[in-house]
Amino acid sequence: MSSIKVEYILIAALVIFAVFFVWQTTWSDSEFGGADGEAEELIYELNPDYEPWWEPFWEPPGGETESLLFCLQGAIGALIIGIFFGYYYAMNKFKKQNAKA
Amino acid sequence: MHIMEGMLPVGWAAFWWGLTAIILVAGIIQLNKVVRKNREVLPLLAVSGAFIFVLSSLKLPSVTGSSSHPTGTGLSSFTFGPLITAVLSAIVLLFQALLLAHGGITTLGANCFSMGFFGPLLAYALYKALQKTKLNIYYTVFLAAFVADLGTYVVTALQLALASVMNSPLAISALIENFSGFLSASAGFLGVFAVTQVPLAILEGLIIVVAFKYIAKLKGDFLLKTDAISEEQLTKINS
Repeated sequence: MSSIKVEYILIAALVIFAVFFVWQTTWSDSEFGGADGEAEELIYELNPDYEPWWEPFWEPPGGETESLLFCLQGAIGALIIGIFFGYYYAMNKFKKQNAKA
Repeated sequence: MHIMEGMLPVGWAAFWWGLTAIILVAGIIQLNKVVRKNREVLPLLAVSGAFIFVLSSLKLPSVTGSSSHPTGTGLSSFTFGPLITAVLSAIVLLFQALLLAHGGITTLGANCFSMGFFGPLLAYALYKALQKTKLNIYYTVFLAAFVADLGTYVVTALQLALASVMNSPLAISALIENFSGFLSASAGFLGVFAVTQVPLAILEGLIIVVAFKYIAKLKGDFLLKTDAISEEQLTKINS
């Protein structure tokens, strides 16, 4: 793997993944619902009289709010990752510049 | 891998909560030690947690026609171990349970056990076993991140299959009587979770490899101090 850059492998995998997905949506009428929901259906299939004994305290009112909160979760993580790599990239760069000067 | 609120029988919810509580206490003790004695690796801890935040927020479509999300626990599994990873995952799972009604408070124990502890434990064990071999470190990182992700979903499937035949962990006779029921339920839940997850786990493994490479290049000290890499392997990456 060291001879081929790992970045290229990742990009190739992402492209394959995306192309496959687009191709799949042309013939499949699946809505790509969550696996978590499918598991819930299976629970009811196996035990038709199962009753959830606890309800969530609060639920997002709709898909828009839900995607907002998921996006927020991703953004918080992305911000930290950006600061981390940016900070150490700049530090290395200035170290090299100082060494030259 | 989120088991929805109230979808585990009371006995099982309590059982997984009990196990997870012990794990979280041990994790917090370990985390305190890192904070006190090994402060210079805290940025790596933050970025490891950040990968869990980002990757577990992405619901990706998979070949089975359903969507699921990676776990992102790979990086923290082999740098900080499964106990600390459980604490980081608990934060994410709590966020999702309270604000997104994704997963739940009653099922947080079970979810944190699979995503925060057991998947990462498998990854950690595999990483430590392969780390000292001659295998290229990138393969080791890939396999560990892959296993952390897929292992999580296998555990979730088994948790649900067990709950489908046993009302509580004490109902062992029910499991023995209906073992074939347990096997077919396992196959069903594995079909929902594990198959969907394979392509996503491959993608996650590759993302973690690239992240690992840049951490090694920019600040290899982090990986040396957390025992995730040897001097020799680090020189090889940076040469």
